[in-house]
Amino acid sequence: MNFYLKLIWAYLKIGIFGFGGGYAMLSLVEKAVVDPGWISETMFTDIVAISQMTPGPIGINSATYIGYVAPHSVDPALQGPVWGVIGSVLATLAVTVPSFILVLTSSHFIRSHQESGVIKSIFSGLRPVIVGLIASAAILLMNASNFNPNGINWQLWTNIAFCVVAFLLAYFPIKIGSKKIKCHPILIIIFAGLAGFLIYY
Amino acid sequence: MYMKETIEKEKENETIPTDYSGSIPPEEKHIYSKLFATFFKIGAFTFGGGWAMISIIEREIVDRHTWIKRDEFLDLLAIAQSMPGILAVNIATVVGDKLKGWKGSLMASLGTILPSFLIILLIAIFLTPDMIKNNRVIAAIFMGIRPAVVALIIAPVITTAKAAKLGWKTIWIPFLVALMISIDIGWVSNPILYIILGGLGGYLIWHFSNRKLKKIKQ
Repeated sequence: MNFYLKLIWAYLKIGIFGFGGGYAMLSLVEKAVVDPGWISETMFTDIVAISQMTPGPIGINSATYIGYVAPHSVDPALQGPVWGVIGSVLATLAVTVPSFILVLTSSHFIRSHQESGVIKSIFSGLRPVIVGLIASAAILLMNASNFNPNGINWQLWTNIAFCVVAFLLAYFPIKIGSKKIKCHPILIIIFAGLAGFLIYY
Repeated sequence: MYMKETIEKEKENETIPTDYSGSIPPEEKHIYSKLFATFFKIGAFTFGGGWAMISIIEREIVDRHTWIKRDEFLDLLAIAQSMPGILAVNIATVVGDKLKGWKGSLMASLGTILPSFLIILLIAIFLTPDMIKNNRVIAAIFMGIRPAVVALIIAPVITTAKAAKLGWKTIWIPFLVALMISIDIGWVSNPILYIILGGLGGYLIWHFSNRKLKKIKQ
């Protein structure tokens, strides 16, 4: 099958089943694009980082980026920005079109069933699953290529330390005077990049 | 100027009391380009995805443009949240639809998507996988960033788990789902399976507990 058709099919599925926001969508994206070898595990992690640092929804950002990178990495003949741009357009449209059509056609249905409890009951079942989805995205990224790409022991431990410190900064608010400030994800990524540069370069 | 506008709006509201009561009058000038421009601005300047966007969208749509009343906006938000896909785009779609039907949806959604698309395209053209691998400085920076990204995904696991109010009846679900997806064996590890099971399970439990209730009442 043509690669672009596969790309569209993958992102249509992500668009249809992507409940629970950008992070929950990540495990769907990873299964769809890393498992078939369209992009590497490290590139996927890098794209997540870049998607978080740039404005706009993570789902759109990562679809555009993956759509650009994947054609060339799957088929070396598809070299050059034109093939990449085609991939970006298709992936971005494919991830947005299903919900666009759903919203336009069924917002009436949703409105009338919101009170009845059908929608609420579906989401009460989905909520614990979404927690598991986000957790699985994190677990899938805890791999050697992200933590120990060169197989060197001290690098593994340094990277684990990076992860722990980044988690503490992301989860626990910092007390400054009487105010509690939560460290912004972009700031954490910038710190980590700086630390990476100082230690690994 | 502002006063004049509001007075005109009130007048129009009196004459056209149909679906649009409380929203904008249907003949407001340049509404499509305004919808596009407003959502373009929101897409271009909000970091952190859908949830961070909600308050900014509310400020623009409800407070600044007074296109939609606040309680209506909350209704639309609930609809957008109960749909799959990208939340910011869903909100743009429902707001555009409320104001101007599918054409309005199209303009608002394109406005939301376009900034991200253009910015990422620009980055992707220059920052290719080969470049990240072969440039020593960039490689070192990303080696530091990758473990931090993992941490940034672990944090929302805990916050969503808290928000989901998991009890002893449901706490096993996220563990099982995460385990099954991570062990990586074919369709058993497909996240879509668990999304369907979760939604279906929630519905069935509600359906049968409802029937029981009715029987007890009878």
